Amino acid sequence: MSAQQALPDDYDTSVFAVPTAHCAGCMSKIERGLNALPQVASARVNLTARTVTISHDPLLDDQRLTEELEKLGFESRRKRRDVAKPFSAVKPLLGPLAVAAFAGMNIMLLSVSVWSGAEGTTRQLFHWISALIALPAIAYSGRPFFKSAWSALKHFSTNMDVPISIGVIVASGLSLYEVIVGGEHAWFDGALMLLAFLLAGRVLDAMMRDRARHAIDAMLGQAASGALVLGKDGALSWTAAEELAPGMVMRVAAGERLAADGEIISGSSAFDQSLLTGETTPVSRQQGDEVLAGTLNLNAPVDVRVSHAGRDTTLAEIARLMEASTQNRSRYVRIADRAARLYAPAVHSLAALAVIGWLIAGAGWYQSLVIGVAVLIITCPCALGLAVPVAQVVASGSLLRAGIMVKDGSAIERLATVDRALLDKTGTLTMGRPVPDTAALDAMSEQEQRLALALASNSRHPLSRALADSLAGRDVTPLTLTDVEELPGVGMSGTFEGRKVELRRPEKVSGTAVALTVEGGPTRLVTFADQLRPGAAQALEEMNRLGISASIISGDNADAVDRVAGELGLTARSAVSPADKQEAIADLQAEGGRVLMVGDGLNDGPALAAANASMAPGSASDVGMQAADFVFMQDSLLSIPRAVRASRATMRIVRQNFGLAITYNVFAIPLALLGMVTPLVAAIAMSASSLIVVANSLRLVRAAR
Amino acid sequence: MNGLLFLIPVAIGLGLIGLGAFFWAMRSGQFDDPEGSAARILMDDDED
Repeated sequence: MSAQQALPDDYDTSVFAVPTAHCAGCMSKIERGLNALPQVASARVNLTARTVTISHDPLLDDQRLTEELEKLGFESRRKRRDVAKPFSAVKPLLGPLAVAAFAGMNIMLLSVSVWSGAEGTTRQLFHWISALIALPAIAYSGRPFFKSAWSALKHFSTNMDVPISIGVIVASGLSLYEVIVGGEHAWFDGALMLLAFLLAGRVLDAMMRDRARHAIDAMLGQAASGALVLGKDGALSWTAAEELAPGMVMRVAAGERLAADGEIISGSSAFDQSLLTGETTPVSRQQGDEVLAGTLNLNAPVDVRVSHAGRDTTLAEIARLMEASTQNRSRYVRIADRAARLYAPAVHSLAALAVIGWLIAGAGWYQSLVIGVAVLIITCPCALGLAVPVAQVVASGSLLRAGIMVKDGSAIERLATVDRALLDKTGTLTMGRPVPDTAALDAMSEQEQRLALALASNSRHPLSRALADSLAGRDVTPLTLTDVEELPGVGMSGTFEGRKVELRRPEKVSGTAVALTVEGGPTRLVTFADQLRPGAAQALEEMNRLGISASIISGDNADAVDRVAGELGLTARSAVSPADKQEAIADLQAEGGRVLMVGDGLNDGPALAAANASMAPGSASDVGMQAADFVFMQDSLLSIPRAVRASRATMRIVRQNFGLAITYNVFAIPLALLGMVTPLVAAIAMSASSLIVVANSLRLVRAAR
Repeated sequence: MNGLLFLIPVAIGLGLIGLGAFFWAMRSGQFDDPEGSAARILMDDDED
């Protein structure tokens, strides 16, 4: 079971994303299947990141590996080298957590002996040992807090880490003084326990973000990540998108997305531009016409001379619009930091008042300072620090099980407040892909359906795939055909029991359709249309009940948009450009609205980034998924009200947690002010309040039901 | 007291060994794929 094996030096290591791998069965299928190839030295699946790392002979290129994975039944995509190593937010926190927990437990062992009555030299000795363990441990595991607190202080602001850092540092300083003078109380255990609790909260928070990002990363880039480039000698070679340069000629097969902008130099075909414009009707382009990166070639192979590649494409333009909007959102202040703004000054002035008060009352400097420090320690926001992250982690775990991925905790806070929703049409309200007309399928005989499936399953054309999917969904099994052949741009043909069977583009039909002919039988026409997502009407009704008024904003033409708007009873704006969508959101925000944008396309990217909160379906474009706060994997639109409800429930629990933390302080502070808080009292109070907050947050386990 | 002088270093030493083991495990990639590791024990065809 060693992860590394000795390899010949010249072997390549490739990482492929396999978004559909999800269980032990998938894992062994992939690993065994790939290891069976003679050119593969080792293949190992990472189920968390949904990737497979393959060491292989360089002769086995990416295309072959993709094909092999497809044979095993897994869709896959080469990961770019720079993102091959998955970034983790959890790892840098694991070390500090382990150290804090280890040191905390060892010191607690010594503290218990002190509390149960160790005195004199024994207590001295135990305190010294505690100090030796605690000081380096605090210095190491407190760094995440100290760093963040320091950067906040540098900008004359404060966050939750400031009171935490001050509490921990002051507690350690006072304890060290006590140890040196041979005093009675040392607070090392409390300081380390505090760090361990808070680090555990952060690790959970980071885990949730890692998980969502891994899942999204695995789905990214199923669009073209490169193209087949036609060399001068007529040879075709696979070139990655970032290596394409103007002047190159790429051959784009039917069903492929373009990796760069360019001009068609031979062939003609229909292109689906919905990713860029939202327009669903395919446009036909021929020799001399311009085609854009990200559009889908529907019918026939074409040769395209690249005019703009990489950062110069229309795609990159949209990316720049998005960057501007993202900065806008980063001004949002998270609820924990808003609480800290009130909490930190209150606690610090209270501690100062305690010292002054005891001095006036006639206590000595030393005694007054000890009481001031006790106030700082007991109010150190252990429960407050856990109040927000634990609730958000539990809620996002629940959302994840419901198929909704949350990018980070602040997304939940922002979604809870929305009162307006803008929905894109293509791909968001609708499925965004052609679905064959059910009536047309019903009209076919069983044999015809089985023949259609046999032909369609042999082609990668989007219409064939859609037909094959919906026939397979009806439990139709394919018949065996001979002489199956694909004529690019025309259709599929084959022979069944001596009769010719064809699935082809119909002669004269408006809209999207295919025709099935069996020699000697009638021609069956199957029309395709984009359909509303399931649950759309119910989702809108539920959103209405949640106080969110929705409307459609789409780049598609007025006819198509009005049809959907009429069906759902919504107001709509059509033929809107990406920049106008962004502006529409800014207008609503200026009126005081808090806007949820739901969209999937590239053209929605800027709007998704500009809105207060945003959601994208799992079928969305890369840009859509990266810009959105939430990604929902199910087809049903009911995910939207579900996420809103869960977010609002989370914020309710967060406010309760704040209430609990404040109640705790109401009891604890008077004790501290009276000088009755010993390290034992502090340890009990801190862990009790933390546990109560965690227990309250666990009620969110079913938040996404 | 004498017993303590002996026992405390032993207790802390054992703890340090545990901590060291954890750091070694983290560095060598044992926590890279927690979901995969959980699923791997269910694979009954692990020949190597």
